[in-house]
Amino acid sequence: MSWLPDPTVLEGLALVGATSGALGCFAFLRRQSLLSDTLAHAALPGVCLAFLLTSAKGDAVLLGGALLAGVLGSLLFLAILRGSRLKQDVALGIVLSTFFGVGVVLLSMLQGGVDPQPHTLRDWLAQWFGLRDPAEKPVNLRTWLLQTVDFEGTGRQSGLKHFIFGQAAFLSTEYLWLMRILGGVVLGGLVLFYKELKLLSFDADYAATLGFRRRVLELIFATLIVLVVMLSLRAVGVVLTVALLVAPAAAARQWTERLGVMIILASLFGVLSGVGGAFWSRHVEHSPTGPIVVLAATLLLCMSLLVAPGRGLVWNWVRLWRHRRQVRQENLLTDFYRLGERQRDWRRARATSDLAAVRQGAEPSVRHTLRQLAARGLAQSEGAHWRLTEPGLDEAVRVVRNHRLWELYLAKRLELALDHVHRDAEAMEHVLPPEVISELEETLENPELDPHGHPIPRAQAEA
Amino acid sequence: MYLLPTTMPTASLPDKAPPPPPVEVHDLTVAYHTRPVLWDVDLSLPDGKLIAVVGPNGAGKTTLLKAILGLVPISAGWIKVFGSPYAEKRESVAYIPQRTSVDWDFPTSALDVVLMGTYGRLGWFRRPGAAERERAMHCLQRVGISELARRQISQLSGGQQQRVFLARALAQDARLYLMDEPFAAVDATTERAIVQLLRELRDQGRTVVAVHHDLQSVPEYFDWVVLLNLRLIAAGSVREVFTQTNLQRTYGGQLKILAQAADALLRREEGRP
Repeated sequence: MSWLPDPTVLEGLALVGATSGALGCFAFLRRQSLLSDTLAHAALPGVCLAFLLTSAKGDAVLLGGALLAGVLGSLLFLAILRGSRLKQDVALGIVLSTFFGVGVVLLSMLQGGVDPQPHTLRDWLAQWFGLRDPAEKPVNLRTWLLQTVDFEGTGRQSGLKHFIFGQAAFLSTEYLWLMRILGGVVLGGLVLFYKELKLLSFDADYAATLGFRRRVLELIFATLIVLVVMLSLRAVGVVLTVALLVAPAAAARQWTERLGVMIILASLFGVLSGVGGAFWSRHVEHSPTGPIVVLAATLLLCMSLLVAPGRGLVWNWVRLWRHRRQVRQENLLTDFYRLGERQRDWRRARATSDLAAVRQGAEPSVRHTLRQLAARGLAQSEGAHWRLTEPGLDEAVRVVRNHRLWELYLAKRLELALDHVHRDAEAMEHVLPPEVISELEETLENPELDPHGHPIPRAQAEA
Repeated sequence: MYLLPTTMPTASLPDKAPPPPPVEVHDLTVAYHTRPVLWDVDLSLPDGKLIAVVGPNGAGKTTLLKAILGLVPISAGWIKVFGSPYAEKRESVAYIPQRTSVDWDFPTSALDVVLMGTYGRLGWFRRPGAAERERAMHCLQRVGISELARRQISQLSGGQQQRVFLARALAQDARLYLMDEPFAAVDATTERAIVQLLRELRDQGRTVVAVHHDLQSVPEYFDWVVLLNLRLIAAGSVREVFTQTNLQRTYGGQLKILAQAADALLRREEGRP
């Protein structure tokens, strides 16, 4: 089955997607997605130091180092927030740049690009911390790096490159086991702390008054983020982990109003992106898996932003378009009414040109709106002329009444100048709900005339 | 308590010693980044009363509530809740933060927010079950919006959101309620409903402390009032304390000195001239 991607890669990416998506919901709702970016960068010195101190090549040790550095980074972040006046973004920036800077220096030393005798540093550190017998023959760091970090063996900085962009195509079965364990821990933590994380995200102060200590909650959250970052580091790299946390969560938010559903949806979107990315890079040459996964997640987000019911842009457009159409129709009805007011004859048929002249509109568009009114049974044509039907006249009276009541309210109660009230009422006449209208009638004591002296019409049934 | 034999002399003590007040504040000073927002406040709040905390913007009203709840670090002094530190009496206290302090676009329902009121009793890890759900529904009923239980919270009006917060506090079944501007930007119907509810709570012997902005309604709604402006101006029954003189002292200009002192302190800490 050559069309299938390597099952190890497939499962690895699915795991990354599921965990990032689920935890990302909390990061998204807390507006802390950049925390994951910072902690991902903070992992680099941890990886390097773990190797320096133990000289172990095992992935578990290196990831342990990353975990430690990540937790340290989050502690520093929380300490800066508590102990200084610096804002969150600055605190994140400080942690990110400091840790990553140290990491890059360490990596350069390791790779022998800068330090001519890299193993001396390692021995010195190891001796200092008493972790290793200095008499033991040091391994050749360059060789190790070429084997484990720099898979392609193309040059000095490729270790850093892999750290930054990931190397999903090279996931090993042993590494997959690590990922399964990490993934299990993250999902287990989410299930265990679901209630607490929800409370922290919605109302952290309130959580504290209930006895859930803020610092403990923050640390749990940061640790889970670090675990997810470690999980996705090898697969998508430092720079793109944050995208996998944010994009599926933001996409899921568009489709639901319930946190539980949002988390499940985000996980699904994450898995979909991971699997999609795996297939894509299996079939398209020279396509780096990590970035493709992220692109897939972003694509899902864009689609969600466009079409999700209720929240999507397309829905907004439809709503806006409907509103504009309603406004055009109602304006035309009031034009009929105002034309009729002069001769006190509201049922007379009018020429399209007369109707268009009221608002200096184009005749074709007025005809178009007239046909819409006719379809709703509010107007009917008589040759080239049009007249209001009885329901049409009722509707026109309703809108004009809204308009004039609102004008009167603005002029009388808010004491606005007379020349200010019309434009406002033009907008409000289409949207005032009946409750507000009856409240207006009450406070204005069923008025007869608007502030310009025009009568405020009543529905025929009442009159 | 069951360890004490009834014949022991200590058993008769509760009769003589009055029960500790819901809130006792002694020489409290709170500072945000070296700028004091509350100076040397001494305060003891009575049991079973509706208590308003009144003062101009920036007078430290919210800070006082947060200090009682242990949400802001205290620079000096101490606070006791029912005679003990807050952490020990947590289950007797319910907090209603300002409505605008949370993001109402959070993906959750009204019932879900009310359920959060049961989290304190549940503690870590345990999830709310049928009993908690029933309690939350009952609390929504008490604030008159049980039909909105499933509604997403962003679709509620401001008044309804405030009622959800009240219901969440009711779910805690506390003896002391600390409310930060429960009447801010709510409609008249909601205001009446809230007042009604506060009176019910008081008649059950509970204490309600509310930060309040509308001076006119203080005598109508509250029994007790705390006048605050960086320091305590006066505290006592509305009839005795809510006087023109005290209000002038609370809102008048004489506190400029305190504000200037705070500014001077701040400048020195920052090394500015």
